[in-house]
Amino acid sequence: MSHDATAGDRPHTDTAGTQQTGMRDVPFRGGGFVHRPLGPVAPIVFLVILAIWELGSRSGFISPIALPAPSAAFAALVDLFQTGMLWKHLGASLYRLLLGWSLGSLLGIAVGLAVGLFSLARAGLLPLVSALFPVPKIALLPLFIIWFGIGEGSKVATILFGTFFPTVIATYAGVDNVDRNLIRMGQSFGLSWLSIVRKIIVPGAMPAILSGFRISASIAIVLLVAAEMIGAEFGVGAYILMAGALFALDQLIAGVALLSLLGLCIAWAIGKLEKRLLAWRM
Amino acid sequence: MQLILQNITHRYGGSTVLDDISLTVDDGEIVCIVGPSGCGKSTLLRIAGGLEKPGGGKALLSGPTPEGSLNPLTYIFQDFALLPWRTVEGNVSLVLEDHGIARSERTGIIADVLARTNLSDFAKALPRQLSGGMKQRVAIARALAVKPAIMLMDEPLSALDSQTRELLMDDLVALWTRERFSACYVTHNLNEAVRLGRRIIVLSRRPGRIRDIVEIDMPLAERVERLPELESLQRRVWEIMREEAREADREITDVA
Ligand SMILES: Nc1ncnc2c1ncn2[C@@H]1O[C@H](COP(=O)(O)OP(=O)(O)OP(=O)(O)O)[C@@H](O)[C@H]1O
Ligand SMILES: [Mg+2]
Repeated sequence: MSHDATAGDRPHTDTAGTQQTGMRDVPFRGGGFVHRPLGPVAPIVFLVILAIWELGSRSGFISPIALPAPSAAFAALVDLFQTGMLWKHLGASLYRLLLGWSLGSLLGIAVGLAVGLFSLARAGLLPLVSALFPVPKIALLPLFIIWFGIGEGSKVATILFGTFFPTVIATYAGVDNVDRNLIRMGQSFGLSWLSIVRKIIVPGAMPAILSGFRISASIAIVLLVAAEMIGAEFGVGAYILMAGALFALDQLIAGVALLSLLGLCIAWAIGKLEKRLLAWRM
Repeated sequence: MQLILQNITHRYGGSTVLDDISLTVDDGEIVCIVGPSGCGKSTLLRIAGGLEKPGGGKALLSGPTPEGSLNPLTYIFQDFALLPWRTVEGNVSLVLEDHGIARSERTGIIADVLARTNLSDFAKALPRQLSGGMKQRVAIARALAVKPAIMLMDEPLSALDSQTRELLMDDLVALWTRERFSACYVTHNLNEAVRLGRRIIVLSRRPGRIRDIVEIDMPLAERVERLPELESLQRRVWEIMREEAREADREITDVA
């Protein structure tokens, strides 16, 4: 499949003699490059991997010191559930996550709208946002502990700051991308400034804000675990840290599975929200 | 109500776009503006509707605002400018919501304008479900809802195929015959200009000046049957424009 210059010089009657002259189908060259929805593939792949892993562990090919069997991890999860510790850990984590993420998102949307709408806010805040966005917020945790205490405050603040910046950026980029013609249309019909913001700019920026949510939610989970590992009695992060310290690998895997499940639930919820708010796009 | 443009001059950066343009749109009159691409037609219309301040000259209104008119100067845009997240009735409702009209009265107005544009069956449809012609009908319904005195139309049919354009042109003629709105109608399609215009204002290439004005006295409703006469008029306008268009085409745009 080279595109040599010499190839074009000769007329295209390759392999003379096999030239067909009768009636025949036009050769089909389309298709491909399109994704078909294949419903059950994902769970099947997941189950196959689990089965191979379990088999490997049972046969002794995978040493339980290196990696516990899925059944062992599952047993740890069941144990966690039966002792009632599951809700204690998960509850503490969810509380921090929801509080930090929703506060960070609300503030982020407010500041993002201001940056998108007012030149003064853009000139004043955007450099600040750009400077602080790349700072790993977990590096600031000691500072937050001094400011907000070793308890819930510092953990919530870490998540809040972590979600705030990507939300600001997603929101103001969304505002910038709203079709100027629609804004001009609003003005030409004499809509008030507030109406234009509420009915044209905010809905127009909504797709960008929602995809910002996806990013900020995963950042929030990462920060949650990191903050809980540094100083917490309860929480999924604390549970994983404890398991690691005791080399209880089955519990460690169970904790990681919990996190993964949490991430999936959040992604599912955001997907639902998108379906609802962005139904006009489908 | 009359729209009067006096000595409008406008510059973007270093280049003059409009140069000393004066024109009047009288009550119940459709004035068509034609001119080569980039000569400043859209800019002129934005100035006329108060969306942009002219560099020099004045855009004036004269005479009383007609009773019940919520938005005397109302645009119809080439790209329809419908909110994709609102249904057809929601898009019409948008322009009524800021005027403190009671909900029941609002639904009444919406039903009325949708009926007048044959859109009643599509009240709950979203813009993406409609064809281009339908979308422009929604935009026309939206404009009618605020009872405009003067419509400012910037190439309203240019995004449509020629059959749809014919249909909508018939609709516009019927609408005008009933309502006698005034309009400033920008187009690059000379056929539309001779079908709809009481006067056709031909602009020169950039900087846009008034090159010539062609008056057409034939009543709008008769024009469909007298196409050969319009044909010769259209050719006359084209003769005026030809050189300008050719030169404009060869120009290198040096917009900063
Ligand atoms: N906001 C702007 N800033 C700078 N230059 C502009 C701006 N808007 C328009 N122009 C320039 O002014 C000139 C006239 O533009 P305008 O859109 O009014 O022309 P037009 O006659 O409507 O053209 P078309 O037939 O393509 O619609 C063009 O050369 C364009 O590049
Ligand atoms: Mg234009």
